[in-house]
Amino acid sequence: MAGMIQNRDKFLNQIASRLERPRISSSVERPTWKFQPQYEVLKDATQDELLEVLMEQCKKIHTNIYVTDKKDLATTLNKVVSGYGGGPIVTWKDERFSQWGLDPLLNKEWLAQKIEVYEWDHLKGKENIAKAEKANIGITISEVTLAESGTVVLYSDENKGRTVSFLPATYIALIPKSTLVPRITQAAQKMREIHKKTGHVASCINFITGPSNSADIELNLVVGVHGPVKASYIVINDL
Amino acid sequence: MSMKISTDQFKERVDKGIHDDFMRGAVAGAQDGMGVKRRVATEELGNWEEWRSHGEEIRQHVLENLDYYLEQLSENVAKRGGNVFFAQTKEEANEYIRGVVKKKEAKKIVKSKSMVTEEISLNAMLEQEGCEVIETDLGEYILQIDDNDPPSHIVVPALHKNKEQIREVFTEKLGYTKTSKPEELAWHARQMLRKEYLSADIGITGCNFAVAETGSFSLVTNEGNADLVTALPKTQITVMGMERLVPTFEEMEVLVSLLTRSAVGQKLTSYITVLTGPKEALDVDGPEEFHLVIVDNGRSKILGGEFQSVLQCIRCAACINVCPVYRHVGGHSYGSIYSGPIGAVLSPLLGGYDEFKELPYASTLCGACTEVCPVKIPLHNLLHKHREVIVEKEGKAPISEKLLMKAFGLGAASPLMYKLGSKMAPAAMNPFTVGEKITKGPGPLKAWTDIRDFPAPNKERFRDWFKNREKGGK
Repeated sequence: MAGMIQNRDKFLNQIASRLERPRISSSVERPTWKFQPQYEVLKDATQDELLEVLMEQCKKIHTNIYVTDKKDLATTLNKVVSGYGGGPIVTWKDERFSQWGLDPLLNKEWLAQKIEVYEWDHLKGKENIAKAEKANIGITISEVTLAESGTVVLYSDENKGRTVSFLPATYIALIPKSTLVPRITQAAQKMREIHKKTGHVASCINFITGPSNSADIELNLVVGVHGPVKASYIVINDL
Repeated sequence: MSMKISTDQFKERVDKGIHDDFMRGAVAGAQDGMGVKRRVATEELGNWEEWRSHGEEIRQHVLENLDYYLEQLSENVAKRGGNVFFAQTKEEANEYIRGVVKKKEAKKIVKSKSMVTEEISLNAMLEQEGCEVIETDLGEYILQIDDNDPPSHIVVPALHKNKEQIREVFTEKLGYTKTSKPEELAWHARQMLRKEYLSADIGITGCNFAVAETGSFSLVTNEGNADLVTALPKTQITVMGMERLVPTFEEMEVLVSLLTRSAVGQKLTSYITVLTGPKEALDVDGPEEFHLVIVDNGRSKILGGEFQSVLQCIRCAACINVCPVYRHVGGHSYGSIYSGPIGAVLSPLLGGYDEFKELPYASTLCGACTEVCPVKIPLHNLLHKHREVIVEKEGKAPISEKLLMKAFGLGAASPLMYKLGSKMAPAAMNPFTVGEKITKGPGPLKAWTDIRDFPAPNKERFRDWFKNREKGGK
């Protein structure tokens, strides 16, 4: 259902009158910008070079990074999870976990280790949030990964709860190497393309760069404020 | 809190500021630290000037076509099921939000940092309505529990407080029992605030950049508080200054990049969140209802005039972090929630010359602010323009300047008067002169000599020296 718009004409007429022209009625084209420096950053970098930039950047954002093949992914993930003290774990509902051969780990091994794993299930409503709030680790998957800033990009939907990346004490992002791009510029282009093609934008798109932090007390950096206290990235060689 | 944060006179505020040693040390440290970070983050790009020019052209294009982009934004928000209210005044904005609060029978409201909600005194209205309002940005939370101490910096609001003071406030107000270690203080705040996010009825946010093409808007934080404010309560209200938008995601990313590098020297902050409408039908988290309140509150009067470029501002505080005046007097001296050079330009425009006429004079016109502004606002020129307006149109120049100008006008009116005046100067200043210096000056000189000495007038006038030299003397 469409929302309401109130008080608009008076407001916009005032703007037009201040600009000493009538209200714009036809569509405005964006000008050809004179400057476009954003496309120069890491312009011709290969995926391997982007991965190196990402690894270097992770040092600055208090984030551990691991690179693994698909066959070793389960071992690597298990290792990172034990490093964070085990469960409870909450994950998105996403078939890629299964495609990457993680079913045995998620459904059997962790069960045997008494690590509780909860998969987001929109049918269970608010229980999802209670689970995420109690979780020690949240695991999600990056759709676009920004080498320059060390950022993972997540699109929300009913199976991909927003709070999986925020409420648990620690956070693990799985990053397909194919999702690496130079910087936020390419992510913005992709978001725009998707909108043009489907007419739709995810209700929440998160750009996450390492754990939560603040320098609000005497400018001392405190890592871990409202969101996760620790973060790890696992890059999966899918190319 | 309203835009005006003190009833003290400008001089009293400055006096408090320059005698607050901790604050001055903190500000100097912050300026040095953040200044270096900003420099590194901007220089490493190698073509920062092009970035600034791109930022400028985007902001100028949006301002020139503001009615068009706001219309497009509102259409697209409504299409996604969000409600849009255009508020010309702060009263209208508050009235609309009051209506939402009443309809939802809201008792508890969590907020993420927003300057525009401070500007319209939103919290005061909400509290009058009997709501509990909780600021969730760590800095703002500290200020709020300390009986609403005003912010002194637009990015680091509690910059003027040391950790001991914060520990005392936590102990008194929150029953805190641990040390003044920032980690422990922050952890306590985390635990207190977790409960609030989960039990709040409404989440209120500001807006860094709205995106006209998709009806989206972005929030930039390091703490992740805005994400919890927008993910957990059932109703979300976002308040934006009307100029804070861009055409598409492509321009949004450029401005976000300029903001994070200029504000804190980060390539990107930890969390940048792009939200579009309320949650979708099957989503579990996210608000069921979304309201966007677009606020004018004096901004349209700036459009089309000589101060229009100030609306390019993206609130990064880079100008504050390099300002030598801010360094000495601190944020509270400005008496406005908007401090530093941007505050000195913006506050008189939004709050009137009556309240903020001194601020354009709180500048050395050194131009450091203009040099660092990521969207190329000619800040020091605008400060100068304010002075022109104050003197010429408003007739509100500070009294000392008026007297000085009157005296100079009189003295310079005829060659004879000038000659007489300059001849008398050494004698007139004699009682105040110690050696070659004036250490306790009278009248307008006092403000200078309170801080440093002023050189005494030379016994020999330039005119005499020159005449003498012409004759071949030394």
